[in-house]
Amino acid sequence: MRATPSWWGAEAIALRLPAAGTRAALPVALLLTAGFVAPLVAIIAYSFATPRSFDVFSSFTLENYAGIFDTSNTVWLSFLWSGLFAIATVALLAVFAYPIAYGMDRLFGRWSSLVSILFVFPLFVSENVRLYGWVLFFIKNGVLDGSLKAVGFDGGPDILFTPGMILAGMVYTYLPFMLFPMTLGLAMVPKDLIDAARDLGASRLQIWREVELPLAMPGILIGMLLTFVLGIGAVAEAKILGGQSVIVIAHDIEIAFTYSQNWPLGSALAVVITLFIGVLTLAVFGKLDLDRLLGRR
Amino acid sequence: MSIDVKKPKPILQLVGVRKTFGDFVAVDRIDLDVRQGEFLTIVGPSGSGKTTLLRMLAGMDVPSEGNITLHGELINDVPPNKRPTCLVFQSLALFPHKTVGDNIEFPLKVRGVDKETRKARALELMRVVRLPADYHGKNVMKCSGGERQRVALARALAYDPEVLFFDEPLSAIDYKLKKILEKELKDLHRETGKTFIYITHSLEEAMVMSDRIGVMRAGKIVQVGTPEEIYATPADRFVSEFVGEVNVIEVAKSAAGTWQGVDLPGTYTIRPPKDEDAARAFVVVRPEFMRLLDEGETADNCLEGTVYNEYSLGSRLQYQVHVGAKVMLVEVPRGRLANAARDARVRLGFDARDAIVVGS
Repeated sequence: MRATPSWWGAEAIALRLPAAGTRAALPVALLLTAGFVAPLVAIIAYSFATPRSFDVFSSFTLENYAGIFDTSNTVWLSFLWSGLFAIATVALLAVFAYPIAYGMDRLFGRWSSLVSILFVFPLFVSENVRLYGWVLFFIKNGVLDGSLKAVGFDGGPDILFTPGMILAGMVYTYLPFMLFPMTLGLAMVPKDLIDAARDLGASRLQIWREVELPLAMPGILIGMLLTFVLGIGAVAEAKILGGQSVIVIAHDIEIAFTYSQNWPLGSALAVVITLFIGVLTLAVFGKLDLDRLLGRR
Repeated sequence: MSIDVKKPKPILQLVGVRKTFGDFVAVDRIDLDVRQGEFLTIVGPSGSGKTTLLRMLAGMDVPSEGNITLHGELINDVPPNKRPTCLVFQSLALFPHKTVGDNIEFPLKVRGVDKETRKARALELMRVVRLPADYHGKNVMKCSGGERQRVALARALAYDPEVLFFDEPLSAIDYKLKKILEKELKDLHRETGKTFIYITHSLEEAMVMSDRIGVMRAGKIVQVGTPEEIYATPADRFVSEFVGEVNVIEVAKSAAGTWQGVDLPGTYTIRPPKDEDAARAFVVVRPEFMRLLDEGETADNCLEGTVYNEYSLGSRLQYQVHVGAKVMLVEVPRGRLANAARDARVRLGFDARDAIVVGS
């Protein structure tokens, strides 16, 4: 074998040090590998392991997946509940958050930062604590029921531990995640365009449909995606406000990993839900121009 | 006030129009008649209130005081979508998510015009503004600056307004293209026969296109006139300086009734200012009317100075001459050899008929 000296020299230089960009990216790459790629690989590997075992990397079976898609099991019901809750949460949030976002962008003026703080503030308190607060409020002989009885009424409505209560809790918990991307989306609509549309004869409804909504769409879509993903993975609302009247998919995964010690099943469930959300996310981002959203263009 | 029957009837009339934002007076009691079919340019430095004036005309702002009438009807509170007027924005305000065709068809779409008619009209307008027909389906953000101008123009024309407003739409365009578009806009004005009201801070732009120019300063219209009037008989020093580079000599009336220079001593032979009783006045001499005097040549007024620098302005040469503590500008056509070199002592002269005398 013969190597020309010049070729050898170039190789030596190339081997000595990677490019500056690569070196700078190394810490992040290591962190991502250790913190995200490794657990993900472990989960995927576990999902193909023998059920109720810890034989990861040493066994291969599709049994876990077969179990999930076997309709005689009730796990499809958990998927359905999670999906329904997530869809309903997104739909309700879109309706509730739009007027608030519109107000923050156009109407509240210097008060809009105060309004933002009011909406961010609950995030400083643990979600579980806030949800238990709701339980104390709505529970029999709780704040609402007890107060109403004390002033001579029959007592409060019996709405705790129902799917409706779970949905209300989710809408409440995830409101900021819809509101802020939506406000950003609306803020990105140049006011000139609205003036121009009006000047060209458009009514308020036409301006909204033709100009405002399509241009605010990136922000709205991000808000919807964010709340949908959070909603699919939500578990605390169902456990605390639902009182386990309904089992959502995240709860199933949690049970598999803890109480029933069936890591392979839990992993398979996690892989299915991750794939579903991943495909959805890619589909949405494929439609979005992130550069434009971040104002780089 | 006498009625001049020869004047075309005003389409838009402003009487005592005033706009305040808190304590700030943006537009201060403007009276203005806009004639049917004219190309009127409002020119003024930034902050002079010209954009506010235009926004009131377009209906985006409501006057604090005064009346705006269109064909004699009060339109102060009529919203922009109910006015037969249309504004071409400085930013152009094209809809970035729509194609060229959809942008142009927008005013027709919101009016409920059917698709075929809309497209036919859009293609017709694209021809008028010199856009190729295959641009109809093009993403408007992929168009060049000049093409976007044309799209914005076509969109405004699609609204079929009686009056078109322009808010400095050419300010972001490079010089060469700007010159082309200015002329095209004037041609378009002729072709459409509509009333154009254009605002700009560039008097050069105003001069090229306008039938009449209104000069604005600090919320007031200082002078309205044809480009020739603005150029030849500016109302005051501000207008004269706005028109271009000028030499200004302050003079004061002596007891004997002669005009004495304030910073450049000497007696000046000038035409009397409009206000005959004025004790002070400014003599404004444009660089092209200031002459480099040859040996033995004289003028009504002569000054002596030292050449500091020479600038080439293409077809003309400009000299910066230091006269006492003042700097004077002299322009001579290239080819007519001037005997001025740097540091040369020269004599400058101007005649009374070439000097504008303004009171303030």
